[in-house]
Amino acid sequence: MHEFDWSSIPNALPFLWDGMKISLEITVTAVIFGIVWGTLLALMRLSSIKPLSWFAAGYVNLFRAIPLVMVLLWFFLIVPHLLESLFGLPRGSDMRLSSAIAGFALFEAAYYSEIIRAGIQSVPKGQMAAASALGMTYGQSMRLVVLPQAFRNMVPLLLTQGIILFQDTSLVYVSALADFFGAAYKVGDRDGRLVELLLFAGAVYFVICFTASRIVRYYQNKLKTA
Amino acid sequence: MISMNKVSKQYGSFHVLTDCTTQVQKGEVIVVCGPSGSGKSTLIKCVNGLEPFQSGEIIVNGVSVGDPRTNLSKLRSTVGMVFQNFELFPHMSIIDNLGIGQTKVLGRSQEQAREKGFKLLDRVGLREQAEKYPGQLSGGQQQRVAIARALAMDPICMLFDEPTSALDPEMVNEVLDVMTELAQEGMTMMCVTHEMGFAKRVASRVIFMDQGRIVEDDSKEAFFEHARSERAQQFLAKILHH
Repeated sequence: MHEFDWSSIPNALPFLWDGMKISLEITVTAVIFGIVWGTLLALMRLSSIKPLSWFAAGYVNLFRAIPLVMVLLWFFLIVPHLLESLFGLPRGSDMRLSSAIAGFALFEAAYYSEIIRAGIQSVPKGQMAAASALGMTYGQSMRLVVLPQAFRNMVPLLLTQGIILFQDTSLVYVSALADFFGAAYKVGDRDGRLVELLLFAGAVYFVICFTASRIVRYYQNKLKTA
Repeated sequence: MISMNKVSKQYGSFHVLTDCTTQVQKGEVIVVCGPSGSGKSTLIKCVNGLEPFQSGEIIVNGVSVGDPRTNLSKLRSTVGMVFQNFELFPHMSIIDNLGIGQTKVLGRSQEQAREKGFKLLDRVGLREQAEKYPGQLSGGQQQRVAIARALAMDPICMLFDEPTSALDPEMVNEVLDVMTELAQEGMTMMCVTHEMGFAKRVASRVIFMDQGRIVEDDSKEAFFEHARSERAQQFLAKILHH
């Protein structure tokens, strides 16, 4: 029977908090870039210009058909070299965080674009017609009339996807980046208390994600009654 | 003001419009009627290019709608349109609904747009509702706002696509009253509607459509008293005798 010993956790809290900051940084940046790039992909996908629509469809299908952890590894292994040779950066500069963020953002954009595409399509066609009839260009109609309504309906889904993304940030352990999960693993490994640290990390992930999804649910209900 | 010459449109092999030709002079009120699926709505949506058409020509105030070089957005900003389902922007207050086209398309200042908006809301009797959202208004009120929104652009003519079809019966008149007033002030109007009372009161001419063709295009007196085609007679017999 395993003897639990939690004593290594209190001392490790600052280190774990640094890890949490990295997890949050990846999540927030990837959500923002994912939504922006995802919106552009969704607009391309819905565009009547065929090559744009093909490109977006290909992109989305590609990223949705490969495992996230593989994308992260590719970015970890390939992108730093690419940037080094492209911009003449010094060899061996630490680009693990930026390549992780780029990997997540590009990967999540595929999922976001599908959510956003559905959101755009959920806005009645007449809204676009009414905006055009006032003399707005396509861009104005999208920006001022269709997208604000689409995003309002999509907020719960976008946040839920953000929560999933937060959990998935733990996958950056493949690049030995000390995010929250990585930090917990390192401490546990060092002190021979892996079980305790992983249980602790699991509890923290649970509390954060469960609370966040409750907030989303609350918002969703409010939206329904509004 | 509006001239259509042999306008045709098809989806695949289905002909929605066939050789539609008519003119609308400045100040005229044209009522377009006909059985459902006859192409009435499509016809007036062709006027501001919301529906593309394959052949023929539509000239609005000297500008050819079908010409690919035409700036359609600019043309549309001069033609007011009112939809069956109002299509107010639900995420904006009433006054912002009236302002958005003025500021973003015509480049008016926020203050000018609000002032004009309030003036028009006064006119349709809804000034008190200015800060509310469309969802808080009745259908009749929403449609009056939609008319005000179109008028805020100072259009040279107005298109109405079944403006009262989605309304509860007791709200139809408040919308028709606004339209009647507009017609009496000399606005050029093309209205797709089944409201024959409105047609009798204010129309200069009635266009009757069937299966994508303009079957009758005559003064309202001629149309209501002795429609020439059998199809129009049947139509009138059905809707007037109830």
